[in-house]
Amino acid sequence: MEFDQILQYSLSGLSTGAIYALIGIGFSIIYNATGIINFAQGEFVMLGGLLTLSSLQLLKLPLWAAIPVSVAISTVVGVIFERLAIRPLRQPTPINLVIITIGGSILIRGLAMLVWGKDTHAIPPFSGDTPIAIGGATILPQHLWILAITLIIIVVNKIYFYHTISGKAMRACSYNRRAAGLVGIDVKRMVLFSFIISAAMGAVAGIIVAPLTMTAYDVGVMLGLKGFCAAIIGGMSSGISTVIGGLLLGVLESLGAGLISSGYKDAISFIILLLILFIRPQGLFGKADSERV
Amino acid sequence: MKKMIPLLSSICLILICATMSFASGTIKIGGLFAVTGPASFLGEPEKKTLEMLVKEANEKGGINGLKLEAVIYDTGGDATKAVQLATKLIKDDKVSVIIGPSTTGESMAVIPVTEKEKIPLISCAAGIKITDPVKPWVFKTPANDHIAAEKILAYMAGKKQKSFALLTVTDGFGASGREQIKVLAKQKGFTIVADEVYGPKDTDMTAQLTKIRGIKPDAIICWGTNPGPAVITKNVKQLGIKTPLYMSHGVASKKYIELAGPDSAEGVMLPAGKLAIYDALPKGDAQYKLLKGYDQNYKKTYGVEASTFGGYAYDAFLLVTGAIKKAGSTPEQIRTGIEQTSKLVSISGVFTMTPKDHNGLDLSAFEMVKVVKGDWALAK
Repeated sequence: MEFDQILQYSLSGLSTGAIYALIGIGFSIIYNATGIINFAQGEFVMLGGLLTLSSLQLLKLPLWAAIPVSVAISTVVGVIFERLAIRPLRQPTPINLVIITIGGSILIRGLAMLVWGKDTHAIPPFSGDTPIAIGGATILPQHLWILAITLIIIVVNKIYFYHTISGKAMRACSYNRRAAGLVGIDVKRMVLFSFIISAAMGAVAGIIVAPLTMTAYDVGVMLGLKGFCAAIIGGMSSGISTVIGGLLLGVLESLGAGLISSGYKDAISFIILLLILFIRPQGLFGKADSERV
Repeated sequence: MKKMIPLLSSICLILICATMSFASGTIKIGGLFAVTGPASFLGEPEKKTLEMLVKEANEKGGINGLKLEAVIYDTGGDATKAVQLATKLIKDDKVSVIIGPSTTGESMAVIPVTEKEKIPLISCAAGIKITDPVKPWVFKTPANDHIAAEKILAYMAGKKQKSFALLTVTDGFGASGREQIKVLAKQKGFTIVADEVYGPKDTDMTAQLTKIRGIKPDAIICWGTNPGPAVITKNVKQLGIKTPLYMSHGVASKKYIELAGPDSAEGVMLPAGKLAIYDALPKGDAQYKLLKGYDQNYKKTYGVEASTFGGYAYDAFLLVTGAIKKAGSTPEQIRTGIEQTSKLVSISGVFTMTPKDHNGLDLSAFEMVKVVKGDWALAK
């Protein structure tokens, strides 16, 4: 086995993994604030990509303007979703909430299909598509964008959760909702915040990945599932362990496809998911009773 | 009994009306298309094409003075539903012929029904088993997948490319293509040096391609429908692979070039139905006028480009109307008429049916094309 092949597998894996990580963090932020696994997370990824497409083509915005516009609209969708589907629920048992998010995701996907049709669409890369050689391997400029933006988002996330009042309040909710409420934290507002952050992050993930993978009304399903895997490996933490979970998943998938057989690519990630759930349900890095933010 | 009179008389009235509409001369054509669901990219253009053609034919005074009426149902790509709707078309709507269904699975499920009821069925699905072995009442318009595969291999033989890597999608289309390419490659003395697959929703195939790059085959054949092949095309460019890349007829549309980007797609070769590339055809080509007319009419009516898939319904319509003109309009006459079709110039190719061949297309249904500067050009 040649060295540059392994290098190529790893690099490809890292860039796919970064996307899984971004989506995975979206899952865990909502989970920590509300106890919900939001299965509509993948739809925000889809909305990010498709809204950018429309901003570029219909509104004729330049790329740098189209991105914030579509992140903003996806966030609004996230808020509406929380307001209309999550908040009105009188007895929010976990199973109800999960079913509601699944229903919401089907609804959003259906609406997207009506608006954008069933075709796959392409978005131009941010800065050309001349491959960059690293050792014997090559990556595209877009991969660097993905890695850089993922890094920035993780750093911003860390600062938000540890150095701002609302971030700290959200962490308090994740430790103990009732106690957080007792000390005067508006838990419902924190839930709304968590949807805002996750929707925005999902949309960003959808936008930066779209030039590579293209986008369509149904891209959210598979990406959402992989992001969920990443979050599980990371033990539903919204910090570094979900990121490592995502990167690990990406690299293992890529190595598995290259060295074993491409037929087992998805099987590999779901076997990992099952193993984690059986053996270490608290996540790969979690202690049995760990902090979750 | 008095209460029954209005009911009975209305039944009589309906019966009279029904027979009158029959007498005034309408031929009912049934349509079963997957307009919604996963195969909607097939069913939607098929439905639109059939509706457009029926309208056009009626505006021109019908066929042999008989008006046409299309009764079209959406199967959603579901075989069980397709069977129910086929029965409905035959028993309730009393159609003389059925066009569709859109997918191979649905077609295989519907075939026993139409065989039993003796209604001609013209499937718009590509699976080889629909007309092999031949069933008396079943025809199909898309060329068999193996014809496209044969076209690629024949072209490769001309270029002295003896070994190739295979990269196929893990759905019905990819699996059937993979099997047929393997059989053909063995027959024709090619070596398959790598046999890789990818999922229909996969977003990065550099792993498979890195492996293939290490093996250094003479060519790569990729078998799938969008968006996978577009991703693969980009990945090939990214990895700097210079090996000739062949795609299947499944991506023979401008959409593929748009998705992959003209730069990455440059030089990619594939067998295309002639509709996608009619601009590049020599002007003397028998199909040129028809293809251009279809594309322009479709664009005028629906605002989008005509697709090869809609062309399958077009072929079926021409087969049916040709048969009605020649033989008559009962199901039996239509069946015989279709079977006697000879050199019918249509969208997918030139059809010549025989009692032994209910598809009627050969290698000439495809042309090898190459992407040059973001457009199709004939591959020399």
